[in-house]
Amino acid sequence: MGEVLILVLRSRRFMIGAVLFLTVLAFGVIGPRIVHRDPFQMVGGLFDSPSEKAMLGTDNLGRDVFTQLMYGTGTSLLIGFVAGVVATCIGVTVGAVAGFKGGFVDELLMGITNILITIPSIVVLILLSIAIRSRSAMVMGVIIGITSWPWTARAVRAQTSSLKTREHVDLARISGYTAVELIIKEILPYMFSYIFMAFILQFSGGITNEATLSMLGLGPFQTVSLGVMLHWALLWEAVRTGAWWAFLPPVVFLTITSFSLMLINAGLDEVFNPRLRKS
Amino acid sequence: MKNLLKAQDLKAYYRLVGGTEIRAVDGVTLQLRPHEVLGIAGESGCGKSTLAAVMSLTHNPPLRVMDGLIMANGSNLLSLPPEQVRRKIKGTYISVVPQGAMNALNPTQRVRNFAIDMLQEHHPEMKKSEATDLAQSRLTDLSLPVRVLDSYPHELSGGMKQRAIIVLSTLLDPKVLIADEPTSALDVSSQRSVIRLLLTLLGEGIITSIAFITHELPLLRQVADRIAIMYAGKLVEVGTMEEIIFDPRHPYTKALMGSMLVPEKHVREQRIEAIPGVPPDLKNPPDGCRFHPRCPRRQEICSREEPLAKTVGDRTTWCWLMQ
Amino acid sequence: MVLANAVTQPEGVRLLLEVENLTKIFGSARNEVVAVDNISFGIYPGEVMSLLGESGSGKSTTARMILRLSKPTKGRIIFKGQDISTLKDIDYWRQVQMIFQDPFSSFNSFYSVHSFLGKAFRLTNNHLSESERTARMEQSMESVGLNAAELLFKRPHELSGGQRQRLMIARALLIGPDLLVADEPTSMIDASSRVGILNMLMDLSRKHKMSILFITHDIGLAYYTSDRLLIMNEGKIVEEGTAEAVVDAPAQPYTKRLLADVPTLRKAWDEEQELA
Repeated sequence: MGEVLILVLRSRRFMIGAVLFLTVLAFGVIGPRIVHRDPFQMVGGLFDSPSEKAMLGTDNLGRDVFTQLMYGTGTSLLIGFVAGVVATCIGVTVGAVAGFKGGFVDELLMGITNILITIPSIVVLILLSIAIRSRSAMVMGVIIGITSWPWTARAVRAQTSSLKTREHVDLARISGYTAVELIIKEILPYMFSYIFMAFILQFSGGITNEATLSMLGLGPFQTVSLGVMLHWALLWEAVRTGAWWAFLPPVVFLTITSFSLMLINAGLDEVFNPRLRKS
Repeated sequence: MKNLLKAQDLKAYYRLVGGTEIRAVDGVTLQLRPHEVLGIAGESGCGKSTLAAVMSLTHNPPLRVMDGLIMANGSNLLSLPPEQVRRKIKGTYISVVPQGAMNALNPTQRVRNFAIDMLQEHHPEMKKSEATDLAQSRLTDLSLPVRVLDSYPHELSGGMKQRAIIVLSTLLDPKVLIADEPTSALDVSSQRSVIRLLLTLLGEGIITSIAFITHELPLLRQVADRIAIMYAGKLVEVGTMEEIIFDPRHPYTKALMGSMLVPEKHVREQRIEAIPGVPPDLKNPPDGCRFHPRCPRRQEICSREEPLAKTVGDRTTWCWLMQ
Repeated sequence: MVLANAVTQPEGVRLLLEVENLTKIFGSARNEVVAVDNISFGIYPGEVMSLLGESGSGKSTTARMILRLSKPTKGRIIFKGQDISTLKDIDYWRQVQMIFQDPFSSFNSFYSVHSFLGKAFRLTNNHLSESERTARMEQSMESVGLNAAELLFKRPHELSGGQRQRLMIARALLIGPDLLVADEPTSMIDASSRVGILNMLMDLSRKHKMSILFITHDIGLAYYTSDRLLIMNEGKIVEEGTAEAVVDAPAQPYTKRLLADVPTLRKAWDEEQELA
């Protein structure tokens, strides 16, 4: 374990990713607790350009873009996190059961998974978002999570069906372990790094999905997220009127967040898959 | 007689994260003579594979050569520039079949590509068809099926894969073939066909000598002219096959020979005893003779001082009992 | 003197385990692979036997069926007079246990030696207190020559291959089965420790009247340890007999060929000399 930690900390990709991500996290989560500003408060006119009063100008309703960005980042991270947790939990459960049981159960679960993969998840997302009346950030996260688990399930299934043939699994079996115990105690621990990496990808995907949905106007109610900011900026033609401060900051933050998570993932990949490691 | 290859006072250590060193090969001097099969035997972790890697110049970090020479034709191969080693030595003077080579074949490529890559490494101007032709005629000469070139690795049996690799690795007629456990994990019949091939390569003069690394002494009894026994990073005894197999002198060689389970009467007539204890940790090997903690005949000096080499005829022994 | 346990089975001694017309077919109807092809044999109480075959002979599949890790396609396995498919898993595994080949992959690297051995108590003595369990673990470790005080709380990766395989035997001892199936127990163990482990298994068999079925490709191992040998090839048992009979005077062509290809110490391979 110690050696893994040393390798992780030595990975330049991981460290750059982690520093970027922690910065975004601090900005979006700790920031609002320090400044205590209402993101919905009007501080100026329509698309005021950046000034001393509003560092990043104002949006279409005269609200401070900087404050919105701070709260929006927090919301987007929350949605991404919830989506990641939900998708990972479902994906791991489905994948592990299918891979371990094999046979009919496997075919059934993988059939469902493959159908969900074929239907563009954005369609399901839109339908679900329309169907659900109350859309808090939490609910958004859950919706995104339950549409994005299939890839994790497929990957976990493949790993499980190879891990289950290992001798320690057989040994536990002839020691009287039940199927659930075998999965939890003998198989999943060996996939921990893998599952963690899948979670990071889902986290990143969740943030992007939120942005997409929100831009279409299906975002969370009564709160601001990076996607919601983009939605209003596009609706009020910020791009055409040259109000770059209304859409560029959320785009930059989305990019940085995804990029940092990708870097973290690549860094971990390097450590966990020694073949990718350079001497 | 001039040696084809000689390791001189070779020390090769693995350096791990955190700075610890595993002294896998710790002062080995060993010659490979022309027209011989030299068996290098020992238990896992004794350093035989490390020695094979360094002698074939295929060692990579974390394994480093700390000291010593690999001599051939009067020059130290370890001091040659890597480019020259790659172009002038590997494949043409020394070829290696590393441990598990048959499972390292690229599963998505036909076996032919292994030969093409190998040949183009040395003759970049060579066309793919020429390389294939060369491989084909060599396989035919050795009465092996030519179809292996068009096969994917999974279509071939383990024995056939291993034989194909050996043939393709020696297309450039290297003087020395270093084969690391070329027959482990094979059935006895395939094992024998691999051995037969190696001996044919020698007999036809395609290669001049073989260093055969294995943990199976009964196999060396069948193929080796000389045998070197390694223990804990050092040689303990080197001699002709007959000397080592039928008249071992070093207590370790004796114990090892005595613990071989072969289907022969003596095995069933008495209880065979294991060597007590386990091989030492090469991060921190014992002082003196490395075998002394397990040796039934250890003396006071064995734990203090390293035994000196004692040579009588073809046999060299590193043991205080022989002094 | 013959040291392997003698097979003087008096008339009327019941077989411990009987395999009847056992068949295992893998794959679909169109592309089927017959791994085990209608084999029958029996093991007496206290007997040491080897199922000997090369890779792909079906010997490991047979072992897995005996352990109920795989279902036979046809045929049945009778243990102490009862068809094992009618027995409860736990009851069966209390009496029939296995030692696996790979001392590395047969340990879950996330658990210590203590919890590895602790698993054995699920099958027997589940009511024991923690201190009684530990005492028994220590006792079984000492009886396979492991220092319990030093090793009990180590992780598998801190142990050598030989130590792990001894632990595997210690685990079996805690369960105390009547039949131990040992699937290539020493193929990944150094020559110098190999004999020690085999001697230990043979001694335990004698002491506890435990039958051992070695599953192996190693004729030397089988010859050294076993009362009887079964030679398996392409899913079928081609020859059966006492170790001496099979090795010294093989009757079947396959067995003869196998023995001719095994490198031995005293004799050289015939035609190789000419080639060299």
